[in-house]
Amino acid sequence: MKTMTALVTILTLAAVPALADEIWVTNEKDDTVSVIDIETLEVIKTYPTGERPRGITFSKDFSHLYICASDSDAVQVMDPETGEILHDLPSGEDPEQFVLHPDDVHLYIANEDDAITTVVDTRSRKVVAQIDVGVEPEGMAVSPDGKIAITTSETTNMAHWIDTETQQLFANTLVDSRPRHAEFIKDGAEMWVSSEIGGTITVFDTATQTEKAKIAFEVKGVHPDRVQPVGFEFTAGDSHAYVALGPSNHVAVVNADTYEVEDYILVGRRVWHMEFNRDRSRLFTTNGVSGDVTVIDVANREAIKSIKVGRFPWGAAFRPTE
Amino acid sequence: MLNRMLCAAALLCCAQAAVAEVAVSIGHLRVAQPLPPTLSNLDPVPGDLGLAGALTGLSDNATTGRFLGHSYALSDRDVPEGDDPLSAARTMLAEHRFLLLDAAPEVQLAIADLPEAEGALLFNISEGAGHLRDAECRANLLHTLPSDAMRTDALAQVLVQKRWTDLALITGTHPDDIAYADAMRRSLSKFGLKLRKEKTWAFDADMRRNASQEVPLFTQDLGDYDALIVADELHDFGRYVLYNTWVARPVIGSEGLSPVGWSPVIEQWGAAQLQSRFAEAHARDMAPEDYAAWAALRTIGEAVTRTGSADPAELRAYILSEAFELAGFKGRPLSYRRWNGQLRQPIAVVHPRALVAQAPLDGFLHRVNELDTIGLDEPESKCEAFR
Repeated sequence: MKTMTALVTILTLAAVPALADEIWVTNEKDDTVSVIDIETLEVIKTYPTGERPRGITFSKDFSHLYICASDSDAVQVMDPETGEILHDLPSGEDPEQFVLHPDDVHLYIANEDDAITTVVDTRSRKVVAQIDVGVEPEGMAVSPDGKIAITTSETTNMAHWIDTETQQLFANTLVDSRPRHAEFIKDGAEMWVSSEIGGTITVFDTATQTEKAKIAFEVKGVHPDRVQPVGFEFTAGDSHAYVALGPSNHVAVVNADTYEVEDYILVGRRVWHMEFNRDRSRLFTTNGVSGDVTVIDVANREAIKSIKVGRFPWGAAFRPTE
Repeated sequence: MLNRMLCAAALLCCAQAAVAEVAVSIGHLRVAQPLPPTLSNLDPVPGDLGLAGALTGLSDNATTGRFLGHSYALSDRDVPEGDDPLSAARTMLAEHRFLLLDAAPEVQLAIADLPEAEGALLFNISEGAGHLRDAECRANLLHTLPSDAMRTDALAQVLVQKRWTDLALITGTHPDDIAYADAMRRSLSKFGLKLRKEKTWAFDADMRRNASQEVPLFTQDLGDYDALIVADELHDFGRYVLYNTWVARPVIGSEGLSPVGWSPVIEQWGAAQLQSRFAEAHARDMAPEDYAAWAALRTIGEAVTRTGSADPAELRAYILSEAFELAGFKGRPLSYRRWNGQLRQPIAVVHPRALVAQAPLDGFLHRVNELDTIGLDEPESKCEAFR
């Protein structure tokens, strides 16, 4: 009986860590992904990938992980249970960032070197469409209803609006220099674009594709030129945006209703992208230059831990394990 | 390359049909300068130096332009040595109100002073000479190539940071070497560094054979110093000084640790994309002159995109305004100095295999813009044409 109890205890102990949710991070200059356990805040696994992994996202049921292996000119599909690369998807050249359509089938991929957005069917593994966009496409977003896809182009300085039914552009809107990231919020009513060199976020009204607001940032003691918004994500209910400010080494907290910046949080060097945990109480930011991930306590708006990952962590994706 | 660009332009179709049509026609004029022979043949000067960068800039502009109904054309002309550059410039200016100049400083000034150049916008993409940005500045001449002073100030900041405060200098005999040495002396005194000793390189031996015998002797009487500056802008003898000095000290300046406007080793800040785009189109690495020409094209493109105009006066006003900023793959927005038309830009300090630092370095502060800690600042400028 005693032996039984002991055995059960051991089993329980062994099972608990396996149940913790995870954050997966691509390491651009290590050709790996790091898996962070959300409970222990430790890296529990590191898997090899193709060359220069950047964009990272899971299928809707989290059974497949998609990775932009930019210098391998492929989107890789990984089994997150084993870390095994199952197959590559055709992606066009130099895929940098992508977004999975709500239909769970179509990946919209930015081909940075080719000024093209490639649409790939993940089931048939075929390219469905290629859309000419501006120079150096990067930021990718799809509206919650799946009708609009966005590509932002870094050197053309535009957000390109794609009708996902016809796979044609229906609008091109100028933003400030070097747009990096795009997100739809408020059920798709607004579309936000960050401009790295311009130092701003432009808020668009989705229905009219017109500019509704522009958000600027100011970090005390940091020259405005170095305050460079890149990735951003929204808290539960889209009430606040957390915005990575690149080489200023800060994350800004923006009120998504008033568009006012409420806080700045010091994180690692050259903060790039980020991902929340399940209830959005914790935020994990990738810090390219310092090669780590900062964990932010969202309620208190403070950094609580740095986790060493690989060289030049780029993207991050959340995976529940139960 | 051009063909591909034109095809792209022909396809413009798709996106937004009814936007104001704007056609921008840009000229690239190269006036050949005599190139003295150098000891080594290792680094031939590409025939399309500068022009290749302009073509990449043109292609970037065209891709953006097709969404807005803006089209860009570039035509280039070479003036061989001995031909009259001014008549070629007149012909170009009759067709193009935007002109990139790859020519000696005095030729650039003569072109800028032509009656045909009045109201046109010219870009110096080849010369770092200080006087073009100072007493001899011209209101219609902007500069995308960094001045010599910007480069030497960048190197001086690195020296200050490393506390390499005692320097020695070897200068070649070409006017470009002498100008670089002058700029270097000015930078050393600006940043409180000491030039202990200097010598002129006036050898006529072939250093490929006996550098290991000659250079130690030549550098022996320089005494001790923290780093040896070589002013050899033609890259004639400098390469033979490295690892052959009497005392074991780093070589900096035109060789070794070198301040440059652009280099193939720059890969941060998205630069890898520009480098690969350039290399794919032109089958070689992107040089500082290519970057300067690219920046000139992109300056025009950015201004046209934001203003929807092709009028040189309107574009000039926008380019020199607070609103203008260019994403130049150097980690911060580029803009123009309103007092002399110089493109404000970080300067990379590199060795042939890696980026070592990028000026302005942390801690070099400025009341307006840290980028103005490198090069000629407003209070010391004698340029009147922009006031």
